[in-house]
Amino acid sequence: MIAPVWPALVALLVSTAGVLGLLLAEQQWAVIAIVIAAGVAMLMATRMGWDDRIRRSGGTHARTVSGVAVALVIGMTFVLREHNFALLMLCTVLLTIVAGLGLTIQFGHAGVVNFAGAAFFGIGAYAAAVLANKTALPHPLVILAGGACAALIGSVLVLPLLRTRGHYAALITIAFGILFKTFLEVNDALGGPQGLKVPGFVLFGHAFNDPIAIDDETEWSFYLAYAGLSLVIAAAAYVLVRRLERSWIGLAFDAVRLDETAAAAFGVNVAAWKIAAFSIGNFLIGLAGAAYAMMTGFVAPTSFTFGDSLILVSIVILGGLGNALGLVPAALIVVLLPEKLQVIQEYRFLLFALLVIVILLVRPGGLLPRPMRDYSAGESR
Amino acid sequence: MTAPLLDARALVVRFGGVTALDGLDLSVHTGETVGLIGPNGSGKTTFFNALTGFVRVAGGRAQLAGADITGLEPRRIAAFGIARTFQRLRLLLDLSVFDNLMLGQHLTLDHGPWSSLFARGRFAAAVRGQADVARTLLAAFSPGLPARLFEPARALTMIDRRRVEICRALIREPALLLLDEPSAGMTPDETAELMTDLLAVKAQRPALTVVIIEHDMGVIERVSDRCVVLDYGRKLAEGSYAEVAADPVVRRAYLGED
Repeated sequence: MIAPVWPALVALLVSTAGVLGLLLAEQQWAVIAIVIAAGVAMLMATRMGWDDRIRRSGGTHARTVSGVAVALVIGMTFVLREHNFALLMLCTVLLTIVAGLGLTIQFGHAGVVNFAGAAFFGIGAYAAAVLANKTALPHPLVILAGGACAALIGSVLVLPLLRTRGHYAALITIAFGILFKTFLEVNDALGGPQGLKVPGFVLFGHAFNDPIAIDDETEWSFYLAYAGLSLVIAAAAYVLVRRLERSWIGLAFDAVRLDETAAAAFGVNVAAWKIAAFSIGNFLIGLAGAAYAMMTGFVAPTSFTFGDSLILVSIVILGGLGNALGLVPAALIVVLLPEKLQVIQEYRFLLFALLVIVILLVRPGGLLPRPMRDYSAGESR
Repeated sequence: MTAPLLDARALVVRFGGVTALDGLDLSVHTGETVGLIGPNGSGKTTFFNALTGFVRVAGGRAQLAGADITGLEPRRIAAFGIARTFQRLRLLLDLSVFDNLMLGQHLTLDHGPWSSLFARGRFAAAVRGQADVARTLLAAFSPGLPARLFEPARALTMIDRRRVEICRALIREPALLLLDEPSAGMTPDETAELMTDLLAVKAQRPALTVVIIEHDMGVIERVSDRCVVLDYGRKLAEGSYAEVAADPVVRRAYLGED
């Protein structure tokens, strides 16, 4: 029997409404109410088996559902067109998802650890700052170059990462992240501890930092343009990661992660696939960093600490290791909640740590555990 | 007489002070099934690991169809047409049976970035084609297996896992199949069933060459054309099952009689 399309659409609508409510909520009690409602909905969905129906309907009607999802996010940005802060949050969530997609390929698919996510995000951000300040490179290329720089500088880590496993590989990436931040702090050409200003994004002569004047009275937030940019990047990165996952490349990544010995016995070039996953992942993380820097107009070493790297890793684990879709609820929780709930702002690291521990204990696969590779989506076309 | 498919000469493998393979000579001809027996620690699995590149060979050489494979990386040796199973199963339990079989096909699949990302129709067609190949192969082992192609390998029973592991090694039609104790962890009935499957597969592929490590002498008697007995990394005896089983040196070393 073919799964109907409506369970996925209902789930999408309900989640969009929840996110919109969260972004617009101004009272603390409203935020808390939405969070509790989301938690209850999630529990109910699991208990009643709705999650399975939603997944099957989403898998069967992948094109329709992803089209509706994009339309809903566009609709959401339109509703928020005059709310600067809410749009900034939305963009941050989208770009965090892009960085999370990078980690998903590395950590979730190929099993290559990376505890320096914030450093690669920072490489993209600084690359964008330098290129946009010092060169006339068109800005879409600046953002792509940010990704390329992250991938390129990441290749420094390739040799030590291939020679180590587990904890030792993790330590190497941690050391790299700390070295990167220290390097930024002492490097005067890159602004030292004060950081650098970054020019706003310009596309075909339109400066994204200019508010969009509709008529004499109404003016839309300039973040609307950045929301469009973030959505394009996030959608492209998502499609890239999902298509890689559902190809023979994704299978090679899985084999490398699950059993290097068995993989090598059947001719898999373990080192090459690890390098590929690490580079693609760093490219995506750098891309997100570059776009983020151009949106916020400012980069400084304090934004790229080990703590920020841990946050990225916790998003990937919270959402469900290896499941790109899981990044959406995880990024929403980790990015939005501390901004909307002042009570937890100060304790956010403590709370995230607790949340990750609780998730690992009661739901080890994460909020949305990764399903088995589904070939039917490819077969139906 | 034709040249052997596999020709190992004076192979030496050392682990620290222990000599696990001590100048082993062993050759196998195309189409033969050779049983490799010997007490625990006599170097049987080490021999497989040396052939497939998982341990460093300290001396001697191994040739497959005239090509020197000594000291190559495992993934390069796989390309020469050697496939193996592992004593402790190495299925990817979280993945489907199909995904496991496709690992066996790794060297024939298209990993190009362009076709992986954009030629989705061609990928879907490749999946359908491979699924047919996989179902045919699985059906040769057990009529119930093809229906479970897209189930996780974890959901299978021990004997079905073994079958899938052997299918994973067979699916690319290797020249040489190395089976490392396929009966480990199974009941005598299951073992007998698996050997029937194996003989049927062998009957369909007369050119398939098999080396099988076994502790179960019944299995060796049933499937092997020739037996090689190892002890302390050296060849103790060689010949038909009857010859080897009657050899007093073998009986003393292996069967525990004096």
